[in-house]
Amino acid sequence: MSAIIHGAGAATALTTFNSKKLVAPCRTNLPARSKRCIVVAGSDDASKSFGSSSVLSVRRPQKLIANAVATKTDTSATTGHELLLFEALQEGLEEEMDRDPHVCVMGEDVGHYGGSYKVTKGLADKFGDLRVLDTPICENAFTGMGIGAAMTGLRPVIEGMNMGFLLLAFNQISNNCGMLHYTSGGQFTIPVVIRGPGGVGRQLGAEHSQRLESYFQSIPGIQMVACSTPYNAKGLMKAAIRSENPVILFEHVLLYNLKEKIPDDDYICNLEEAEMVRPGEHITILTYSRMRYHVMQAAKTLVNKGYDPEVIDIRSLKPFDLYTIGNSVKKTHRVLIVEECMRTGGIGASLTAAINENFHDYLDAPVMCLSSQDVPTPYAGTLEEWTVVQPAQIVTAVEQLCQ
Amino acid sequence: MAIWFARSRNIVFSLRHNLNLPGILIKRDYSPRPAFTNSQLSSKSSVFLDSFTSLRHESTAVEKQLDLVQRSDEENPDQELDFPGGKLGSTSKMKFIPESSPLRVPCYRVLDEDGRIIPDSDYIPVSEKLAVRMYEHMATLQVMDHIFYEAQRQGRISFFITTVGEEAINIASAAALSPDDVVLPQYREPGVLLWRGFTLQEFANQCFGNKADHGKGRQMPVHYGSNRHNHFTVSSPIATQLPQAAGVGYSLKMEKKNACAVTFIGDGGTSEGDFHAGLNFAAVMEAPVVFICRNNGWAISTHISEQFRSDGIVVKGRAYGIRSIRVDGNDALAVYSAVRSAREMAVKEQRPVLIEAMTYRVGHHSTSDDSTKYRAADEIQYWKMSRNPVNRFRKWVEDNGWWSEEDESKIRSNARKQILQAIQTAEKLDKQPLTELFSDVYDVKPKNLEEQELGLKELVEKQPQDYPPGFQI
Repeated sequence: MSAIIHGAGAATALTTFNSKKLVAPCRTNLPARSKRCIVVAGSDDASKSFGSSSVLSVRRPQKLIANAVATKTDTSATTGHELLLFEALQEGLEEEMDRDPHVCVMGEDVGHYGGSYKVTKGLADKFGDLRVLDTPICENAFTGMGIGAAMTGLRPVIEGMNMGFLLLAFNQISNNCGMLHYTSGGQFTIPVVIRGPGGVGRQLGAEHSQRLESYFQSIPGIQMVACSTPYNAKGLMKAAIRSENPVILFEHVLLYNLKEKIPDDDYICNLEEAEMVRPGEHITILTYSRMRYHVMQAAKTLVNKGYDPEVIDIRSLKPFDLYTIGNSVKKTHRVLIVEECMRTGGIGASLTAAINENFHDYLDAPVMCLSSQDVPTPYAGTLEEWTVVQPAQIVTAVEQLCQ
Repeated sequence: MAIWFARSRNIVFSLRHNLNLPGILIKRDYSPRPAFTNSQLSSKSSVFLDSFTSLRHESTAVEKQLDLVQRSDEENPDQELDFPGGKLGSTSKMKFIPESSPLRVPCYRVLDEDGRIIPDSDYIPVSEKLAVRMYEHMATLQVMDHIFYEAQRQGRISFFITTVGEEAINIASAAALSPDDVVLPQYREPGVLLWRGFTLQEFANQCFGNKADHGKGRQMPVHYGSNRHNHFTVSSPIATQLPQAAGVGYSLKMEKKNACAVTFIGDGGTSEGDFHAGLNFAAVMEAPVVFICRNNGWAISTHISEQFRSDGIVVKGRAYGIRSIRVDGNDALAVYSAVRSAREMAVKEQRPVLIEAMTYRVGHHSTSDDSTKYRAADEIQYWKMSRNPVNRFRKWVEDNGWWSEEDESKIRSNARKQILQAIQTAEKLDKQPLTELFSDVYDVKPKNLEEQELGLKELVEKQPQDYPPGFQI
């Protein structure tokens, strides 16, 4: 039950990922349930991870979160301020724009309107309407525009009003964003951040309830992360902007109004690291984005029933943090994946394959994956609720696995 | 030596203001034009022109109006309607704007088919040094196309795309740009890179995908890219470079650089959504972008009559609020003048400009195509022989006494020798080692790629006989 600082150390000798040993350089074991405080990693070795800047702060594990949606404010933090998730995103974006004049924002209604979800509120007034650019309606075009600008030295943050609309930008994202660094022989870098809300909302209809992470996960050359709390939203936003690789940041429509107290100091979250939400012994539950809260609600019930689930928010959808996941599987021997993607071809499907391949010997039961059905998300409230994994299902699944 | 022309913004502004008056629907072409004529120039010397020379020289060949609707007496000029987007005049006569104009937009040209300057042409004079350099590059490009094409037929490279028939567009446009201008090519513009200093050896290396290739062997032949030369790597999907050009223009505008983005597209590519979006974006952003469309009549086997129903591409510029010009793409001097003017406009006025260069694709679409299957062989022959842009420019350069038969055979034999040598060298060089399969996907290799690399390495070491000789790790 240890939280681990994840440092890839890829710059050193080729690390053999051997599931038997699960050894990686520069690991530090920390006592569980330590106070939440910010650590600035001193040496380059400990903080080396691809694309991250030299200042790297690491999140220590929190105390048990029993609530489903609202996160408990941690009064043990020394300094901090409370804000909502969309404000945290905005804060992260603003800080990065202050820090680096090359960072710019483009998308529909991001300028004076402040963004459909208010993530870019106030930025146009502060930085001008060239740096926070309102574009005409063509996702492929403004994504392409962002890529062209990135290849000439800017660091655009491209907002899709809804992730589903980025399907129109698939050509630019797949053929150019992911590939041009490679096909140009490393001559051109594309440090863009593509972000937007996705996932199943409240009766938004099929076209506005898409889980694009399923479609994008195969594209080589991009990274994908999903935020779930104000803390990691700000941290991931900042890390994504600083990264030299193209990063797709998945936000969730229903999580924008989450409130949490976050530190005042400068911090970023590692893009390739998973987050230990609740350490446990009996079963590993892997999840991300909104499903984290359904899982935590189920966890409350499970704890009352005598189970001790370990909940990990995988956060990094591409690549998976197999180190953290592996350590957890090695400990609990049972895995349940809870996701919002569809059954076929989703993140859960890939994760199941990855776990089975790498940690087969450690499993006492088959990996179980709870996902949405392979149906377009219906509008009717009751139907919509049935397509999303509910806490009751999670409890049943855990009971079944732990027999 | 910079010969330039002055333009009066006041005249343009006041004339534009007139356009807002209701009822006046005849549009006049107010775009600035170069201020000198052939009669003012002596052909044998470099000329410096007074920048305050007459502004509005109107050559009849260039100034044809694009009449949209005839002015009618029944319109009520006093009525002004207020809608989002500004004031409009109204009319009680129901008139549809015709789908086409009775007269097509004329083509700007300076040299006639015999390489003689048309009297009273507007153009930017080209010095002997520049003209000779341009011609040499056009000839080299021709030799390069020929030899690499043959090399593909011999099986030495897998694929090639020639620029036969479009050498004037390639070289003259490149000559008109500054080295800081960022070029986003389609794939039929290697002449631009050649002009900027990409060596024949570098071209050959990319085609062979060997160790010395700047692209590290990751792209098909002709997908050249060089950040040193401000030339983006060619990406196969059509028209994706157009919104990217808007982005480059945006970036240059933000950093207030004295440079513009220049991007190329073919006639077929203008059907792609990215064309419309890219032009629209550049116009709205007021980005310094020059869009050059090579209308060569064919998109593989699709003739332009099956590609669009408009009068070519130049009329589409107006739809996006973009200044446009149609130029004879086989006339090197016209292309040079047009691109140079467009570039200045783009940078000084921070606006996009559209150039439609009319030409003909003499060669096949690529080495995977046999164009005799869908077009007449004598049509191809006609364009190759009688409408050849290289010959046309050569005549002009020779008439000026700047080029001789001797120079001709020298440049061609030198180019041929160098290219053959480059191919031989490139062929012999090793291919990229295995490590280059996994690098540059990200800035630093992530765990899964390291894993996969190790796996492949082990496989190759175990069974070297199953892999081609010289397969390096």
